[in-house]
Amino acid sequence: MSHLLREQAPITEATWRLLDDEARERLAPALAARKLVDFSGPRGWEHSATNLGRVEKVGDSPDGIDATQRRVMPLVEMRAPFSVARSELADADRGAEDVDLEELDQAAHRLAVAENAAVFNGWGAAGIAGIAESTPHDPIALGEDCERYPRHVAKAVDTLRGVGIDGPYGLALGPEAHTNVLETSQHGGYPLLEHLREIVGGPLVWAPGVEGAIVMRVGGDHFLFESGEDLSIGYLDHDVDAVRLYLEESFSFRVATPEAAVALTP
Amino acid sequence: MGTEQYHEPPSELPAATRTFARLCTSLTEEAEAIGWYEQRMAVEPDREALAIMRDAQGEEFKHFCMDLEFLLRRTPLWREIAEGILFSEGDIVEHGEEAEEEAVEGEASKGAPLAGSESLGIGTLRGTAS
Repeated sequence: MSHLLREQAPITEATWRLLDDEARERLAPALAARKLVDFSGPRGWEHSATNLGRVEKVGDSPDGIDATQRRVMPLVEMRAPFSVARSELADADRGAEDVDLEELDQAAHRLAVAENAAVFNGWGAAGIAGIAESTPHDPIALGEDCERYPRHVAKAVDTLRGVGIDGPYGLALGPEAHTNVLETSQHGGYPLLEHLREIVGGPLVWAPGVEGAIVMRVGGDHFLFESGEDLSIGYLDHDVDAVRLYLEESFSFRVATPEAAVALTP
Repeated sequence: MGTEQYHEPPSELPAATRTFARLCTSLTEEAEAIGWYEQRMAVEPDREALAIMRDAQGEEFKHFCMDLEFLLRRTPLWREIAEGILFSEGDIVEHGEEAEEEAVEGEASKGAPLAGSESLGIGTLRGTAS
């Protein structure tokens, strides 16, 4: 039995499949960082830290001894708890198609947003420096006028090329910027989305958790996401009315090439 | 004779495996024919006959390539390795070793769940965005 304790839950195999499928379906559209950064792993729940390949001197070492200590980046564990009514689980076993999994959907969204925020914005308390805060390039203001987005994105692409970062590039768009892009057609009715796609030459991603947008190199080991335990559902406890579960993952993230991204502020 | 190409009872094999096996047999036959034509041409003094055999051998090469392409389309990892070997200058064995290493490492880094894992198996989502 794994630490997820799934076998302890009063949930049938078929309903576990339903919960897993629902979680996958809700997570995938919102996990923006995984569509742009380099992903390695999963290395398992026991994996505790990422090797940084660096050392620091250890003070107070014995006479005649030079001592160094390895530096590692500890993985962060994220958990989003949720409940499912036992009556709904029973209905699922009867073949109900409209099982209420609202809390699971909300937990999936919270976790996806938290992962995106850690990668793009950083998470100081967890020791994660995000892409937007690491870049040495001046941020570019997106402004109110959506029709000027292509100009700003092109400027960001030029900035990357100027420091020798060649494509393919990707564009992570915060929800507000993404909505603006979808709603806007330029002169002649040409969708803004298509114009931006031509400029970056790579994926355009809806990125809840991001404010504004980020233009970044895709691939090339510049942005490194290391998964310990990949997203999983585990069991906490239950009573007569509900089963308490959680979505969980462990990961680290580090920026290897800070100059490979440009932030576009709202 | 129609089932000689199978190593296991055909009735127990999935349709996709039977098709894969048929194309493997076809690939073998094309390769054999290429070799036979090469030998025939080596000993044939008649130039007209030689031209016909050279043309026929070209056809076998074409069929060989079509069979190989079919098989590689159904085995993405091997396709990736083949891409590192085919149509490149330099040391063939070295290319083979490098291509295999890169493809296998790449496969491992795509976030495939660990054996026995109960995770959702999401891993990387690169290549899924528009």
